[in-house]
Amino acid sequence: MEGQYTEKVMEHFRNPRNVGEIPDASGIGNVGNPVCGDIMRLYIKVDENEIITDAKFKTFGCGAAIATSSMVTELVKGKTIEEALKVSNHAVAEALGGLPKIKMHCSVLAEQALRRAIDDYLAKKKAKIA
Amino acid sequence: MTAEMRKVYLDNNATTRTREEVIAAMAPYFGGIYGNASSIHQFGRPARTAVDEARNRVASLLGAASPEEIIFTSGGTESDNFAIKGVVNALRSKGNHIITSAIEHPAVLNTCKFLAKEGCLVTFVGVDEYGVIKLDELKKAITDKTILITVMHANNEIGTIEPVEEIGKIAEEKGVYFHTDAVQSAGKLPLDLKNMNISLLSISGHKLYGPKGVGALYIKKGTKITPQMLGGHHEMGKRAGTENVPGIVGLGKACELAGKELNAESKKLTELRDYLYKGITSKIEDVRLNGHPQNRLPNTLNVGFKYLEGEGIILNLDMEGVGASTGSACTSGSLEPSHVLSAMSVDAADIQGSVRFSIGRDNTKEDINYVVGVLPPIIKRLRDMSPLYEKGK
Ligand SMILES: Cc1ncc(COP(=O)(O)O)c(C=O)c1O
Ligand code: FES
Repeated sequence: MEGQYTEKVMEHFRNPRNVGEIPDASGIGNVGNPVCGDIMRLYIKVDENEIITDAKFKTFGCGAAIATSSMVTELVKGKTIEEALKVSNHAVAEALGGLPKIKMHCSVLAEQALRRAIDDYLAKKKAKIA
Repeated sequence: MTAEMRKVYLDNNATTRTREEVIAAMAPYFGGIYGNASSIHQFGRPARTAVDEARNRVASLLGAASPEEIIFTSGGTESDNFAIKGVVNALRSKGNHIITSAIEHPAVLNTCKFLAKEGCLVTFVGVDEYGVIKLDELKKAITDKTILITVMHANNEIGTIEPVEEIGKIAEEKGVYFHTDAVQSAGKLPLDLKNMNISLLSISGHKLYGPKGVGALYIKKGTKITPQMLGGHHEMGKRAGTENVPGIVGLGKACELAGKELNAESKKLTELRDYLYKGITSKIEDVRLNGHPQNRLPNTLNVGFKYLEGEGIILNLDMEGVGASTGSACTSGSLEPSHVLSAMSVDAADIQGSVRFSIGRDNTKEDINYVVGVLPPIIKRLRDMSPLYEKGK
């Protein structure tokens, strides 16, 4: 399967963007992939205008998992929470020039990590208001 | 990437580079000597002679009692299928029970699973933490309906060598046929079939510096087996189809060379393998050896890098010019964790970060030094990216 990654996937795998943690993150999304046992942790920083100003990740997973983590952080930076909620796994895969069929579930991991991070942010916000 | 980047091939259990001597031996049979080995005229005769000569060479490497015990096939997969299905067909009236191990190559595993659907009973005997079959379990599994034990000689993923002599003895005592897949061990471990209780044994050309798409099945004289490929009277009526003369000649040459060089080669491979492991463990923490520490193929090193997933390591090594693999070539492309490491009860997270380095005759100490040089930064970079790895421990 390795050979079937697009140049773009390999580029993000080689030079992943936004690797790391955000110590004072507004939201953290932790997901495990039931298909393959891989793990992704996504951090987002959100400002008072509901704009995602920063995103970082840590991933235990295949080449596609690392590339999709990198791409999803790139895609959501500068977006509002509402816009970010519309970022689907297909959008992530498409931005990478496509993924091999059996690696599509890796992009689902990225989408779910993002959703969880946003949920976490929204829950924290609610808790603060309450 | 620079044009002169070093290339290091450490995936010799997936396939090997066909040796120059083998290519030279095969060459005439693609062109000049094109006759059908079954033809009695002057065009066919030299082809027949070449096939017979190859049969002698294969028989000699395996220590078979007679060349007539060697049947040429299209490779390891066909040999495994032929052995297992052939015995099941031939011994239908005696029983329908097959015993195998949990760590077989898919060529055996999937054949057994197929037969289970067709009404056979299949027992998958477990292995210990090193991948060695549990002999007591195997013994207990034998019933009066058991017709075949099929356990590989050496495992392709971890290199662990199975106790085929003991299994042979058990099979002999119980009057059960014993097949072994020796695709990975032929040419690496000595075999002397005339003095072993092995009824059937599979080999493949491309794992021992011969061509792809050719192999052989050793069938001990007197073993009842039903042909699986029906047609003409080729291969003593056991496997129909016009002989792949160049391939068979290549396999014969490869076996001849492997036999001559076995001892020296095995010593060299063992040294390189252990040198690689030492290099890795001296520079990288949290590494585990998968497979038996001693009873292992001389060329196979399977190591688990904790907190990591193997594909990332393979891709990074590839960028540095190094070819290695996760598990077996056949399972890259599948998401299932290795069935071999699972059977050895390796922790699920540790299975993920396992990489197989399989050394070959072309490799040098410089190759190993190169790998030991490029690997640590790769592991560090990926571990820094892994949520399972907490720094500053
Ligand atoms: C243990 C084992 N058995 C069987 C095979 C299949 O052999 P072939 O590729 O010649 O069909 C392989 C290699 O792929 C192997 O490693
Ligand atoms: S295979 Fe597990 S995330 Fe890609």
